[in-house]
Amino acid sequence: MSSSARAMNGKRSFKLMIVDDSNIMRRRIERSQQFEELELVGSAANGVDALELFKKTDPDVVTMDLTMPRMDGIECIGRLVALKPAVRILVISALADKATAVEAMEKGANGFLNKPFTDRQLNEAIAELMR
Amino acid sequence: MLYEQELKTFVEGTTNFFEVAAQQPASIGSPYLMEGSPAVHEYTGVINISGKREGVVYFTAPKAMLTVLLMKMQENDFSHETMRDLVGEVANTISGNARRDFGRDFVISVPSVLTGEKPDMPHRPGVRSFIIPINWRSHSAKLVVSLT
Repeated sequence: MSSSARAMNGKRSFKLMIVDDSNIMRRRIERSQQFEELELVGSAANGVDALELFKKTDPDVVTMDLTMPRMDGIECIGRLVALKPAVRILVISALADKATAVEAMEKGANGFLNKPFTDRQLNEAIAELMR
Repeated sequence: MLYEQELKTFVEGTTNFFEVAAQQPASIGSPYLMEGSPAVHEYTGVINISGKREGVVYFTAPKAMLTVLLMKMQENDFSHETMRDLVGEVANTISGNARRDFGRDFVISVPSVLTGEKPDMPHRPGVRSFIIPINWRSHSAKLVVSLT
């Protein structure tokens, strides 16, 4: 995990950014994640806005959709990792083919969760990401 | 041309969506060939398909069904924009999941959303469309798959 992760009440805290073109999905991820140490610093609906927000808020953890307008998630992952190699990225996408998951990991993602997902699956994937 | 096994992929994707996202299984009927104009409900999420296959996949549902679906998803915004968001997300999820069988060359667009019961539905002449009926709680919806 990034050295920029901060201490909060003796616990490390991590800044979270959520990227998805669906408002419903962004709210769902925010509502369902159960980690006190995650502080939501912002949400974006496409890769272009995500890049801008990333530069302003310097998140440690990012959830990333893939199919989005303006800039897709695969390209955005590459750009985020170039800006901050230590960022931890969880792809949350409906795209269920193995080749896409492999490409996302090769670009620098650290985990892949298929939509639809349960709250438990989401929290397990985030826990794995922060380990 | 769609094969039976390919239609099964969409039936399974639809089944999985309701089981996981709505936490309540839907009854998915046998696909049948669409004849004439497509019957649509108030909200329709459309995914354009390109790559090794071309066509559209769309999910169409009434507002009442979407409202209950949003409730089951713990959502508390039931605005017109949220309904549009939801039909697009359902269409996107089922189409994206189909890549498990169709592969990455089954390229899906971002969703576009049509509202009203007589929208101009995209249709390619000569391409057969199949309707997958969805019954969930007391509501009916459809997934329409129209691929070369």
